[in-house]
Amino acid sequence: MAATAPPVAIRSSVELALTGRRADVRGRLFQVALLLTLLLSLLFLVVLLWVTLVDAWPVLSERGWNFVSSNLSSIESRAGVRQGVVGSFVLIGFVGLTALPIGIGAAIYLQEYARDSALNRLLIANIRNLAGVPSIVFGILGLVVFVQTFRSFTGPSSSGRSYISGGLTLSVLVMPIIILVTMEALRAVPKSIREAAYGVGATRWEVIRSHVLPYAAPGIFTGTILSLARAFGETAPLLLVGAVTGFLSTPGHQGVLEIFQGPYTALPTEIYAWAKLPGEEWRANTAAAIVVMLVAILAVNAVAIVLRNRYERKW
Amino acid sequence: MDKAPTSAGVLLRGSARRRRKERLVGGIFFGAAAFGLVISLAIVLALIGEAILWLTKVDLAMLWGDGWFPRQDEFDILTIFAGTMMVAVIAMLVATPIGLGAAMFLSEYARPRTRRVLKPILEVLAGIPSVVLGYFALNVINPGLVQRLFSSVGAFSLAAAGIGVGILTVPLIASVAEDAMYAVPGSLREAAYGIGARRRTVTTKVVFPAAVSGIVASLILGFSRAVGETMVVAIAAGATGGALRTFNPLDRGQTMTGAISSLAIGSDQVQGSSLAFPALYFVGLLLFAITLALNIASERFVRRVRQTY
Repeated sequence: MAATAPPVAIRSSVELALTGRRADVRGRLFQVALLLTLLLSLLFLVVLLWVTLVDAWPVLSERGWNFVSSNLSSIESRAGVRQGVVGSFVLIGFVGLTALPIGIGAAIYLQEYARDSALNRLLIANIRNLAGVPSIVFGILGLVVFVQTFRSFTGPSSSGRSYISGGLTLSVLVMPIIILVTMEALRAVPKSIREAAYGVGATRWEVIRSHVLPYAAPGIFTGTILSLARAFGETAPLLLVGAVTGFLSTPGHQGVLEIFQGPYTALPTEIYAWAKLPGEEWRANTAAAIVVMLVAILAVNAVAIVLRNRYERKW
Repeated sequence: MDKAPTSAGVLLRGSARRRRKERLVGGIFFGAAAFGLVISLAIVLALIGEAILWLTKVDLAMLWGDGWFPRQDEFDILTIFAGTMMVAVIAMLVATPIGLGAAMFLSEYARPRTRRVLKPILEVLAGIPSVVLGYFALNVINPGLVQRLFSSVGAFSLAAAGIGVGILTVPLIASVAEDAMYAVPGSLREAAYGIGARRRTVTTKVVFPAAVSGIVASLILGFSRAVGETMVVAIAAGATGGALRTFNPLDRGQTMTGAISSLAIGSDQVQGSSLAFPALYFVGLLLFAITLALNIASERFVRRVRQTY
């Protein structure tokens, strides 16, 4: 019981004696300055959200759901984001179907199978570098490979500027990030778990499937959700693989393949196009579209953060 | 007697079906990992091939002129390089103090509970798409800050774009630098406290030097991110295609990324010249080379910090 904290009076007198009865003014100032940098970041965020909401208010309050359910238009009061929202979710679907399995598979190989060989070191260094390549360079890759080289598959009628090209470009862009976050999650599973499974005679794949993956799942889930959210807001590469920014007609009675091979647009691309148009009405439309996009992205981020807090465990 | 070892060996090898499955699954995962290599080869080949093709067609004297006017076959590389560097340097002037300060506070000062409250600020900021920051730079930073300080500034400026890019770069610098400082072993701090150092001394004289390679790496990565940022520049720097060469960040201007995007969407009516559109491959190759060099440099620094402890 003697080890409990001493009374405040004693503690502060000891502190005074230790600090030579001088208050550490510079230290305090330093601490306050550091805290201010964080509060400045918060201020950026608050001003950003506040200005956007204020700008968007006329559109959101007058048109409400009508704004979300209208198509692209050159008339300010009729333009809406329906096609952009649909397009963005289709693109994310592509990313989920292609980049997720390949990325997670690659991470499993690099973390669980790979020995420390020259080839594997090259693979890992390579993926790290890919994660740092600017997104617009991936756009150029998509332009050369998907839009031009494989045009007959990605969109013969839309000169290659299709959902397929856009989706595959975003997949290639986020795959390195998915690989890195998945590797991180796998690395966090302690060795003892694997050894216990090996000890009862499981093969490597059985160990991974029944032990490593279930324990790493929350981490993989959170990381990949965040990378999908990033893909959702990514604009630059889509400009190169030709997301439509003007008028887009969506004819009915099309097969699934024809739709995917046809022209497309995405929410961030619409925001970019509108942000460049002059006039208060377009500024309000831009802000309203940003609100729609941020709601989607922040909701996804919140889900990821909640999942992480709920399932995160320390070994 | 000599039969036992073989049967034990057979037992340990397990069934043929399991081994086949094992090899198959391993092969699939290796294929997925090798795909990453294929992507980077595709990037390099696509860029180099098209860039060389463009260089053979273009009059090399046009790579040095008064400005970047693809429509008139004027491709002054220095114009867009200077634009990129001005934006990136301004971004770093904003992001370095904020990012490093936030990292120091989170790693050395914040208690676990404060940390749980403050860290999501940076995480949310990191999740904001760059196109939103472009809108913010055009409509708030430029009129609200840059034009107030310098009345000569027009509706677009490289400075506003640079500040916007800086805000985007803060979370990256903060998280990498914080990881580096967090990795400094507690024993170093305790040794300093033990001889009577204060928290500020420990932070600046012990933790900071011990983590300096990671901190430098975070700054290089931040710079690389700022060089490659496209949307903020495309919206707020006012580069609708052509731009005169300028070294004044208060002017409107063009950057490498902005040049690529406006060539791609044809906002400068590039149809006039067949040389204009493929110029984006050459600029893309330059951009790729610059960011790759920066990323490799930061990787070197990170590796050094790992070897220390």
